Amino acid sequence: MMKHITTINKASLQQTLKTGGCGECQTSCQSACKTSCTVGNQVCQK
Amino acid sequence: MGIHRFTQNGQHIVLDVNSGVVHVVDKPAYDVLGVFSGGNDDEVLAAFSDSYDPEMVAEVMDELRSLIKQDVLFTPAIDAVSTFNERPLVKSLCLHVAHDCNLRCGYCFAGTGDFGHGRGLMTAAVAERSVDFIIENSGQRRNCELDFFGGEPLLNMDVVRHTVDYVRRREAQTGKVFKLTLTTNAVLLDDDIIAYLNEQNISLVLSLDGRREVHDRMRPCADGSGSFDEVIARIRQVVDSRNGKNYYLRGTFTAYNLDFAADVAAMADFGFVQLSVEPVVAKDGDYALKEEHLPVLFRQYDELAAHYLQQRRAGKPYEFFHFNLDLENGPCVAKRLSGCGAGHEYFAVTPQGDLYPCHQFVGRDEYLLGTVFAGVKRPELSQRFRKTHVLTKDACRNCWARFFCSGGCHANAELFNGTIDEPYSLGCELQKKRLECALMIQAQLSLDGKK
Repeated sequence: MMKHITTINKASLQQTLKTGGCGECQTSCQSACKTSCTVGNQVCQK
Repeated sequence: MGIHRFTQNGQHIVLDVNSGVVHVVDKPAYDVLGVFSGGNDDEVLAAFSDSYDPEMVAEVMDELRSLIKQDVLFTPAIDAVSTFNERPLVKSLCLHVAHDCNLRCGYCFAGTGDFGHGRGLMTAAVAERSVDFIIENSGQRRNCELDFFGGEPLLNMDVVRHTVDYVRRREAQTGKVFKLTLTTNAVLLDDDIIAYLNEQNISLVLSLDGRREVHDRMRPCADGSGSFDEVIARIRQVVDSRNGKNYYLRGTFTAYNLDFAADVAAMADFGFVQLSVEPVVAKDGDYALKEEHLPVLFRQYDELAAHYLQQRRAGKPYEFFHFNLDLENGPCVAKRLSGCGAGHEYFAVTPQGDLYPCHQFVGRDEYLLGTVFAGVKRPELSQRFRKTHVLTKDACRNCWARFFCSGGCHANAELFNGTIDEPYSLGCELQKKRLECALMIQAQLSLDGKK
């Protein structure tokens, strides 16, 4: 238990180097916003 | 750059850029991280000798070192390239079924519907061929996406229906699954069309700019009168008819409503809960957003983020598209590096069947890629889009937001800088601010959940 820091989420980005890339996810600009590209808002489809 | 630290809504937050891990820290830890680099204890102790107890500074550094050991702080850069297949897969098409519109929106990038190339409606033959184009070029990928776009797609509803029938037939034959979306100004929605769109499970993007006066100023009818009353009645009807699901209310803010947080709040007050409000992208005109507007826009995002949290805690939640970050199950690195897909995974199809990298490039003749009949005739241009991403762009390579924005919009970059290699800087600044708000919100909601 840390006194000064609370970690919110687990590390996942690096792991996806091995597991990702299936390509089943949506394109990034096909949702609500047609004028900005916000890949971070998406969820993995796997 | 290994970390990005910022203060939002009174909370000190640290993003470890290369692992995607978010930490909420107290003020001493926040300050120490401004100097600490992992092995410079003496420098850190000296820097804070007047402000903090040395024992506490040492304690903070111990905690930080433990995070480094767990690979969640100062994580080394990801140097891998995209792991997607070498051959690009087409995932999505934006079908411009109507290059015509029944509104005369002041900021329309489509030039009130005709994209500078005359008004016209897509034929059933072009639409069918487009569906086959995506099936033929999507490889083993099961999911395909089709957005009925315009102009105003409801002006060509017969072809929309024909296309949906064709999609259903082809799904049964090929095993593909199509996700269908329709982007509309809502004016022509009637009982019959609404029932059809619901039966066919077509997601809707419904255009509304927020407060009546804001909406009417930029979204007038062809005769100059305001469209708000008609539009909101139709939107309410369609949203109610689908039990408040499967839609997004989508607005645009301009220099005329820099206080756009009030427009998002108005949309929520109207009872809508799936909201997205975007900055206008325009080079000229009184309504265009400029660098000098940034401070006020940042404060608006601050207000909006606080309102979002307040409403959620009060049991009256709404979704704001840009705040919906999933920190645990977000996209893989390959996806984050691959950008928006314009020009290789995603194309726009004009009424005549011409292919462009995306809807925003339609009408920019030098970006015509081919046709749905002949295919992509300029593979080198398609490859250029594919190979232009956050790791190839100078402004993106070291930006802390690179794994969240995927390099921004190519069309905006080209519009403002004449090249897709240099992102549209005003858009970047707004994007980063939205991300800070989103990270704060997700952190706060996570902490709420732990209480």
